[in-house]
Formats: sequence, C-alpha cells, structure tokens
Amino acid sequence: MTRKQRRLVLIGTGLGVLALAAALVLTALRDSVVFFNSPSDIVEKNVQPGARIRLGGLVKPGTLQKDADLAVRFEVTDGKSAIMVAYRGILPDLFREGQGVVTEGALDTAGVFKADAVLAKHDETYMPKEVADALKKQGHWKDGQETGRDASAVKKP
Amino acid sequence: MIPEIGHYALVLALGLAMIQAVVPLWGARLRDDTLMGTAGPTAFAQLAFAAIAFAALTACYVYSDFSVANVFENSHSAKPLIYKITGVWGNHEGSMLLWVLILALFGALVAYFGDNLPATLKANVLAVQSWIAAAFYIFILGTSNPFLRLAEAPFEGRDLNPILQDIGLAIHPPMLYLGYVGFSISFSFAIAALIEGRIDAAWARWVRPWTLAAWMCLTAGISMGSYWAYYELGWGGWWFWDPVENASLMPWIAGTALLHSAVVMEKRNALKIWTILLAILAFSLSLIGTFLVRSGVLTSVHTFATDPTRGVFILAILTFFIGGGLALYAWRAPVLKQGGLFAPLSREGALVLNNLFLTTACATVFIGTLYPLALEALTGDKISVGAPFFNLTFGPLMVPLLLAVPFGPLLAWKRGDLLGVAQRLTAAWMCGLITVAVTFAITRGGPILAPFAIGLAVYVMVGALTDIFERAGLLRVPFPTAIRRAGGLPRSAWGTAFAHFGLGATLLGIVCESNWNTERIVTLKPNETVSLRSYELTFDGMTTRQGPNYRELTAKFTVRSGGTVVDVMEPSKRNFASRGTSTTEAALLTRGFSQIYLSLGDPAADGALAIRLYHKPLVLLIWLGTVLMVFGGALSLSDRRLRVGAPKPAKKSALQPAE
Repeated sequence: MTRKQRRLVLIGTGLGVLALAAALVLTALRDSVVFFNSPSDIVEKNVQPGARIRLGGLVKPGTLQKDADLAVRFEVTDGKSAIMVAYRGILPDLFREGQGVVTEGALDTAGVFKADAVLAKHDETYMPKEVADALKKQGHWKDGQETGRDASAVKKP
Repeated sequence: MIPEIGHYALVLALGLAMIQAVVPLWGARLRDDTLMGTAGPTAFAQLAFAAIAFAALTACYVYSDFSVANVFENSHSAKPLIYKITGVWGNHEGSMLLWVLILALFGALVAYFGDNLPATLKANVLAVQSWIAAAFYIFILGTSNPFLRLAEAPFEGRDLNPILQDIGLAIHPPMLYLGYVGFSISFSFAIAALIEGRIDAAWARWVRPWTLAAWMCLTAGISMGSYWAYYELGWGGWWFWDPVENASLMPWIAGTALLHSAVVMEKRNALKIWTILLAILAFSLSLIGTFLVRSGVLTSVHTFATDPTRGVFILAILTFFIGGGLALYAWRAPVLKQGGLFAPLSREGALVLNNLFLTTACATVFIGTLYPLALEALTGDKISVGAPFFNLTFGPLMVPLLLAVPFGPLLAWKRGDLLGVAQRLTAAWMCGLITVAVTFAITRGGPILAPFAIGLAVYVMVGALTDIFERAGLLRVPFPTAIRRAGGLPRSAWGTAFAHFGLGATLLGIVCESNWNTERIVTLKPNETVSLRSYELTFDGMTTRQGPNYRELTAKFTVRSGGTVVDVMEPSKRNFASRGTSTTEAALLTRGFSQIYLSLGDPAADGALAIRLYHKPLVLLIWLGTVLMVFGGALSLSDRRLRVGAPKPAKKSALQPAE
C-alpha cells in the first residue's frame, strides 16, 4: 500500500464515522428534543395533545390535591394562564405550593397535562431559569427578587 | 485578620504568576539560563501563597467566622467539622480557589520533577502554565473574592445546601478538579512544543504520565459524582446526561483519546500533530466544563453556581486560551515534522480508530450539551436535549469501539494480522456469544438488544485478559511458570488489561441496571409488607431523631427473603431548619453486586408512608468497573519505562531529546 492509499483509507474511515455521527445526531435531534413551554405558551401556541413538552411555572397555591394511590393534581400558572397537571408518584422534596416547578409529559385531549416527571431542580432561593424567564415575560417577576438574600448585608472588602 | 492574610497571599500569588508568565518565556527566547531559571522558584512560591490563601479560607470556615460573606452564606456553626471543611469548595468562590491551588500544585510538580527536561521546554511549559494561573487569579480577585467581609457580622450562617453535606461531595470536586486541571499540564506542554516548533517521542514520554494521572483523577471524580447522585438525590439514577455531568464527561473522553494517541507517539513517533491537537482540546473542554458549571448558563440539578455576571469573565478566559491555543496550532503545526508510517491494520491503526470514535462521540455530547444554549441565544426557543438524544447518538458510536477494544493490544505495531488476532480472540467471542444465548434463554420476551450488549461486555472483559493469558502462556506451560511469567510482564500490559476489563464491567453494570431495574412506588401503613423480586419488605414504623443541624425522620423496614430475615433498612428524611429544606437519605442493601434501593416520600396524616423501592441488578459493577480503570491507570503509571521523571543522574544527558 502506498502512502497515498493509506491516507485515503484513514480519511475515508474518518469521513465515514463522521457521516454516521451526523446522521445519528440529526435523527436524534428530530425525535428526542423536548420544548419548554409556559402555561401561556400552551394556550397561545395551541400545543397539540400528545406532543411531548416541558411545562414550567409556579404551583398555584390551593390547587394541590392528593388522591388515593399517590395520584396528585395541581395547577401550574405563570400568572396569566393556568394548566391542570396530573401526576402519579412521589413529588420531589422541594415541591411546594407557590414554588417553581418544571414538569415533563404531554397534554391529553381534555387539556389536562399528564406529567410523567416532576422536576424541582432548585432550592428555596433559586428559581428554575426557564420558569423565571417565563414569569418575567408576564411581569410577575423582577430581577433581584430571586436572590431572597439579605440585601441589607452590605459586602465590604 | 486571617481573611486579610488569605486575600494578600492571593494577590502575591497573582504577582508571582505574572512574573512566571513572562520572564522564563523571554529567557527561553534569549537562551538565558538565569531568566529561564526563575520559573522553578516562582512556581514553588506561587504554590506556597495559593496554599496560604486556601488555608486561610479553610480556617475561616473551621472557626465559623461569619464576618466573611462567603462563610456566612455557606456555613453554619452547628455543622459537623468535616462539612465545614468540605463546605470550603461547596460554593463558587471556594471551588475556584481550590482550582487555582491545584493549578499551582501541578506547576510546582513540573518544576520539581522537571530537572531532566530540556531547559527551554521546561521554561516554556511553566510560563504557559502560569498564564492560565494568572487568568484565574484575576478572575477570583476581580469577580469572586472569597475573602469579602460583611460590615456587620451576622450571628449565624445560612448553612450549606443540605444535599451537598455529604461525604461523597467531600471527595468529588477535588478529584474532578485534579483531573480538569491536570490536563492543563498536557496543554502547557503542547503549547510549549508549538512555541519551540519541535516535538519528539521524549515529549510524549513526558506528557503521558501527567495525562494518565489527570485521567485517573477525572475517572475517579466522575465515578464518585455519579455514585453521590445515585444515593443522595433519592431516585436511584446514576447518570442523567445533565449538562454539568456532560461537562466532566467531555474532557474525560478527550483525555482517554489523548492517552491512546500519546502511546502511538511515544512508541512509533507518529500522530504528533494529532496528539498536540488532542492535548489542546482536552484542556479546552475542561475550561468549557468550568464555564458551563460556573457561569450559570445552565439549568441543572447542580444548583450551587448561579451568577451569570461571572460568565462573561470565564468566557473571556475561554476565548483567549482555546482561541489562542488553536490559532497557535494552526500557525505552527505545519512546522512540526511528520512521523512514521503504518498500515491501517496495525496497533497504530487500532489506536487511530479508537481516537476517531472517541472524538466523534465527544463531539455528539458537545452538540447535545451546547445546542440548546445556542438555540436559545439565537431564536429564544427553549428546548431540552435529554437522555434519549445521548442514548441514540453516544450508544451506537460506542459499539464499534467496544468491538475493537480487545483487538488493540493484540495487534502488532506497524503491520497487524487481523485474522490471526480474531483467532486468538476465539475464547472472547465464544464467551460473548454463549452469554448472548444464555441471556436470551433466561429472559425470554425481555428487551431484544440487551442480551447482545451483555454479550459485548463479556467479550470485552474476556478479550482484555486474553493478552495477559497468552503472554503468560497459561494452559500451554506448567502453571507455576505461567504465574511467574505473568508477574514478569510489564505493568503497562497489566494496566491495559485492568482498564479494558473495567470498561467491560462498567458496561455490564449499565446494561443490567437499565434493562432489568424493577421499580415500585407504593404507600404503606406500619406492619404492611411489599414484595420486590424475591424479597419482602415489612414497614416496622418510624422514629424521629435530632442530628447536629437537622431533624431526621427514620423509617425501619425489615427485609426478608424466603421467610428468613436478611437485613434491616433505615431510609430517612432530614429536615434542615436553617434553610427550610429537606433531603432524602436513601437506604441501600447490597446483595452481591446488586442493590435494593429504598427512599421515602411524604408521610401522610394517617401514618401511611409513600416509598420508592428499586431492585437494581449488578448496579455496583458500574462503579467497580471505574475503580478497575483507575487501578489499571495506576499500574501503568508505576511502570518503570514511564518514569522518566525519576532522577537518574548518571544518564541525565541521555534523556535529552534528540535535536
């Protein structure tokens, strides 16, 4: 094999693997990307039932109902619209009424969001970024509010 | 007083880093020994001052000095001492301080072990290392100073995020940082080689141990973090394809590729330019990892770093080092001489294949991690790219690589015999096929692909041992002779075998856990029983207990198997009053390599308790496999041939690379 042929084999294999990877990435991106929506987005964009999405917002106080067999229902709101969420399972430690939450699942034909995952990826001072952004858009959230830290404790070198 | 000493030491370290960044570089240009000689002492002094700064912050934490803003925000006087200390790096400022301390440590290590390096190379390496250090000192002093004071010292601190108060987190970040920062050495060596325009096998012999050490730490760190997430987050997942995890996985993949390509360069003097590029990329990905975690651009389970203003600064550091490194590479790489030739079917060829698949896989992880950020910045659409994406892309790319893994060490350098090797691997693929058949027979109607994946894992594991067995002559020569021969094999051969065997073990654990994991979510009243596989768990009751800085609700479960009591499991929920948060402490029961995992939900008013119960078959292999990989790395590191750093005064000149 000449030097040129060897190089061709190398480049050919390289391009082959890259093409394979590109095909995989494109297929995977088409099938497995999940869009984030606020309740207003769902109302405005008219999201189709069955489409897998993430829904985020605040758990509307007073809407959490616990039924038998670990089924729960609660409403997620961004201050403008609210969507009923149904979930079965154990809620995360940090799940609370009035707190931010991100749920993943799909709408059913009745307009109830059937969640199969509830993520409360935050502590008591931190709001999920998407939720904060969505709330800002509706004017219910101001910068600085999320820190909740003592603004009076002035830092001094 | 103590915080001011720390602050002052940090400023002095910055000053020293600036000297070290300029003077030796200048000296190397002029070939002036005195100027080049400043690199070593400044590196040691820099380490000393970085250590003083770190010790000062640690002291503030230990003595609970709440007049320091950082301590106030992340500590609490009632916290156990160990978590006061680990709390130092459980927050942004402290973790950056740990980062520069490790950076200074590596610089000093190069200075210490670098006596037999060519003087200009040593000076250049230390200078480049110091560029990185200086950038990070400025970052800390300018945007995230851990020594800031509060005007009025509060009486009590705000406590560390409770999920971070755990022994796993005590070890995880330092190990991870040792890995991240360790790649800075390979980066500095690569940049120094580009500056000098000269590179040879001696360079690779120098870089490989450092890369190997960094890779070992990173492996251990990632594995630790994964196990921590598994038992602490309460839902039994060990890898979430979370951006923060991907941030550590990408340098690991690049580092693994670098390790393998450095072998080719050391042994055969080929793939030089590629190795340099990988060295730059591995550290670039470490920097990107730091950026992703520290800048707050992500929404992620890792909630302890969320200040976007710092992001701009790290982005600037990132652009400078990655952009600068790649630009220098584009400019200088053509100057480097091309190395030796090899046939595509050879050990070099196998290692190239390894590199090809690893870098491509790394690229898919990169796309999956950064595409949502790019899309949000460009169109405002918020998407999440989750596990399905990575399973679909990363998985298939790993299969051909895993098939090739046993071939690598068996192929000859320069020109290999594929058919011959396939014959020598007969035992491996026979074992693999038998496993596939047996798994199908046992799990009739189960997942279709899983038995093949298990077969692949067994093939990799047996294949990893084939080289050792053959070279020892097991079954061919008398047993004692074989043992003696095996003992006499080079440690790097053993290292390869262990690491590849560990890879197979990890794969086996991953496949079994993800396909045959049993989950039950139920509500139980006291004295009720739930069954899981062949086990019965009886809920005995609940007790409360006061911990040092939390209240704990512990449930007691008796586990029976076939009527006999196996053990007692005590999962709990801890409530931390200072932050008003609670954590779930899962209970784990280990049976062989499998585990029963039990975590608590909320107790209802009538005394019923929601629980999450899992049976996770062979789950421990996931982490034991990584332990084997690290052990393999350590064996390889201890190989005499690799220890060019060890002093050999008599042959000192012989180690100078040929010019």
